[in-house]
Amino acid sequence: MIGRSVFAVYWLMALVFLAFPIVIVAALSFSSASYLTFPPPAFGVRWYRAFLGSREWLDSTWLSIAVAGSVVVVATSLGTLAALGLRHLTGAVRAAIGALILSPLIVPGIVVAIGIYYVFAAYRLVGTALGLVLAHTCLAVPFVVTSVSVSLAGLDRRLEQAALSLGATPSATFRQITLPLILPGILVGALFAFVTSFDELIVTLFLSGSGAVTLPRRMWDDLRFAIDPTIAAVSTLMIVLSAVLLLGAHVLRQRQATAQHKV
Amino acid sequence: MDPGLNLRLSSWPALRRPSVVAPVSGDARRAVGGDKTRGASVALCGIEKHYDSVGAVRGVSLDVRSGEFLTLLGPSGSGKTTTLMMIAGFETPNAGDIAIDGSSVLALPPYKRNIGMVFQNYALFPHLTAADNIGFPLKQRGIDRATRTRLVAASLERVHLSGYERRYPRQLSGGQQQRVALARAIVFHPRLLLMDEPLGALDKQLRENLQLEMRRLHADLGITFIYVTHDQEEALTMSDRVAVMNEGVVVQVGTPEDLYDRPCNRFVAAFIGESNFLSAVVRGIERNMLILDCAGTTIRAMALQTPTAGEGVTLAIRPERLRFADGTASMAENRIAITVTDMVFAGDCCRYLCHTDSGASLVLKQPSGSTGRRRHPGERADILWPAGDAVIV
Repeated sequence: MIGRSVFAVYWLMALVFLAFPIVIVAALSFSSASYLTFPPPAFGVRWYRAFLGSREWLDSTWLSIAVAGSVVVVATSLGTLAALGLRHLTGAVRAAIGALILSPLIVPGIVVAIGIYYVFAAYRLVGTALGLVLAHTCLAVPFVVTSVSVSLAGLDRRLEQAALSLGATPSATFRQITLPLILPGILVGALFAFVTSFDELIVTLFLSGSGAVTLPRRMWDDLRFAIDPTIAAVSTLMIVLSAVLLLGAHVLRQRQATAQHKV
Repeated sequence: MDPGLNLRLSSWPALRRPSVVAPVSGDARRAVGGDKTRGASVALCGIEKHYDSVGAVRGVSLDVRSGEFLTLLGPSGSGKTTTLMMIAGFETPNAGDIAIDGSSVLALPPYKRNIGMVFQNYALFPHLTAADNIGFPLKQRGIDRATRTRLVAASLERVHLSGYERRYPRQLSGGQQQRVALARAIVFHPRLLLMDEPLGALDKQLRENLQLEMRRLHADLGITFIYVTHDQEEALTMSDRVAVMNEGVVVQVGTPEDLYDRPCNRFVAAFIGESNFLSAVVRGIERNMLILDCAGTTIRAMALQTPTAGEGVTLAIRPERLRFADGTASMAENRIAITVTDMVFAGDCCRYLCHTDSGASLVLKQPSGSTGRRRHPGERADILWPAGDAVIV
């Protein structure tokens, strides 16, 4: 009994510790003060209005959404194909190629950023949205591959064999059987790809230059040069967006679990 | 023209020209098997399959006749499923040839072989309803929606599942899933149906019902069935012929009676039904009967092979062919003295565990209703069996 309540308190403290920064930021974003101060003297939506009224903030927001959207399309396609290909490999080859695909997650971000910067500089990709899309795709593909591979591992091979035995060509089998069954995994991968790109700062710092300033980059600049509570409003909006996307991913995973295991 | 398409069209004469399709009854009757399709004949010729130099199938040759119900029976790892997968086209043999109706199918991918298949655990598509599962092969063949609906309904009726069209596999019981899988595998009129332990996951009662249903289905459809199981009882009950496999080779092929009464070796004798084994030495041959010496007792056995005098042989005898001597022994019976070790009541029979004076153990089955007196552990008795019922293995 005592052990249980001690555990509950401990658990609660851990949650508060994790969520506290978010609470502070959210509170600050509704502040009426002209500078970042806690607790806020009064509440209002002044800084949300400032965000929506600022050409620069809105441009950065649209750029981030456009880049992240493109990354979703490219990374999800490539990652799904990679996962399907990996399924046909075994042993050392599979391990090696798998590790290669996952390497952007393992190599420190700053190292990846410097590498990408040097390569992209040579192709004049620095400061372009295309450069950001390509770089973010490298970072997002591992998430897609992981998510789709998990889905494929849960897929009974005999379902595809059954489809073939019933006269479906390999491409018909993929479209009618494999794809619908791994779709939740692909969508989860797509959500992660979006969030990965949308939140990415380190590589962006190197690549965005002055021509492609994404939302995180704009926030970074703002923090360094002109701290005002607009950044708190932007942060809160980003947190809400990320939370909604991750919740979506969670729901999809649950649906996949029920679809694959209740048979 | 590609051979797969050829097969497809020729098995769907009425559907080739939708305008001449007779209203409902015509193709519904086709789907419920009113007019029989001739079954395909299958010839396996010396097929081999190795995985990492381990032989899973080591030279299997087998002729499956048109319209036959043939079972591949064997313990796990005997290569029976691998053989089936090669017929279906999911595995490619390293050597040998597989011919269906006389022409090799090795070059054909699975989706062009036009073979029905029922998988272990059914492999129903979880995201499709029962109707869409059964309609799947029809859809692949470009059959229009209305005809599909009719054929699916007829097919469901055949497996006694009418009204379950809209259910998803997870909303069906194991037995129902099995029936849907069966309906899906026959709805497109394949001339060959492969089944990989389709009843393995079901309980005994249901299994026995479905065994009978499959036999009836086989008789109605007239197509060739190749059935894989490790359950010897299932194999004996359902099959026209059984091919017993062990360690990647076919050990014996024959009718259930053949295999039961004349097993060719000790493996078959032990794997199919139950057998007692007795060691004996050949003394000679007399009027087609072998005269044997079994630890000092002279016994006789059918001379299917002709071993030479002095050779040691093993005799196999079924437990239910043994009986306790009660003074009515005929000359054609063998007699051996035993001591009862234990008696087990098993419902339809009593099983007596006995040992001979030389120490060999024997099992004797006495039908429950038999008039014979019950024996008790420790009791000495003579047991008899007709000389023709023992085989040399």
